[in-house]
Amino acid sequence: MTTRPQSREDSRSLPLDKGGSEKDTSEQKKVSTKQLVLGASFGVLFGFLLQKGGVAKYHVLIGSLLLEDFTVVKVMLSAIIVGSIGIFSLHALGLVKLHIKPTRYAANISGGLLFGVGFALMGYCPGTGAAALGQGNWDALAAIVGLMVGSYIFAEVSGGLENTVMKWGDKGKVMLPELVKVSLAKFLMVWIPWLMLILFAVDRLTVR
Amino acid sequence: MKPILTFAPAAFSPFVTLAAEPGMSSLDYPGGSWSPYVVGALIGVLSMLTFYFSNQPLGASTGYARLAGMIGRIVAPKHTQSLKYYQDNEPAVDWEVMLVAGVILGAFVAAWQGGDLSSEWLPPMWAVRFGQDSLVPRLAVALLGGVLVAFGARLAGGCTSGHGISGALQLSVGSWIALICFFLGGIAAAMLMYRT
Repeated sequence: MTTRPQSREDSRSLPLDKGGSEKDTSEQKKVSTKQLVLGASFGVLFGFLLQKGGVAKYHVLIGSLLLEDFTVVKVMLSAIIVGSIGIFSLHALGLVKLHIKPTRYAANISGGLLFGVGFALMGYCPGTGAAALGQGNWDALAAIVGLMVGSYIFAEVSGGLENTVMKWGDKGKVMLPELVKVSLAKFLMVWIPWLMLILFAVDRLTVR
Repeated sequence: MKPILTFAPAAFSPFVTLAAEPGMSSLDYPGGSWSPYVVGALIGVLSMLTFYFSNQPLGASTGYARLAGMIGRIVAPKHTQSLKYYQDNEPAVDWEVMLVAGVILGAFVAAWQGGDLSSEWLPPMWAVRFGQDSLVPRLAVALLGGVLVAFGARLAGGCTSGHGISGALQLSVGSWIALICFFLGGIAAAMLMYRT
């Protein structure tokens, strides 16, 4: 099984695609009321799970950065393992389209590091910050104002960045199997057990 | 709500020994009420649902960008319209904005149902480190952090959910790089704040 993440339209899954490809013909996605309701519903589920998992709590998130509390790692690795198997299976059945994010080395690294520093200061990330507010952590209000200000500042300089940093090391939509030049199926057969092994080790070696 | 002995983590993490003072370790405070593995697995299933029903990966950060653009369009319509990012991403209420709104509600329901509503301005761990009267610094730092997080997320192309979960599970090379950098930057800054 080979995937062609470089192409915008994923040809092999089109006949059975129920992900809404016919709505996607224009670049501007049409926002239907149904999708707004679905978005809100998925958000409720997401927020519910984040809160129950404890990852809307300031000390759990800071604890993960202090390498004391591994709840975040456990939640993320479990989500990645289940989601990977699930989404690639749905894709193999032609039921969903993939949404591979582009790899831009300079932007991924510089943006990632800035994000990380901000994450420690804020104590939340964009998703868990919203969950923290819902849970009653009122300091998340200031964080959310900051998120909107930061987004607008980025928009201010977006033209310049797109012609510089975003172009440096721009590799397009590359997937890990392509880096090591094996098929997706073969890669997953090694990758998924490997992630499970890491998760098992984290479970054994950590207090929380 | 499991009680955790403060000295227990010392055997596992070299950093905790620096935090012998009560309240200085994150493990002195309660964690999640559900197993992280169950929560993670269900978030994985939720990803499948968003791909199937909405043709969307889970991602939180762009919702804030659209909201900021909507405010920008009210305050400075012409200027906002002229910005490259908002030409490519129309500032309007869309799936992602609704997702963020839903997260707030969902977390409220979960906390309310579990008797876990915090209703506090200062995170207890912050208060132990920086003082009970440090509300203004806390809000300033949270705001500054938010600015960096949003700018970094837009530059990197996603946040902890967009890159860290949705991108990583699709084996995006850039997502794994970004995810590693989120933690590298975060660990450095958190250690400076709490362990120096």
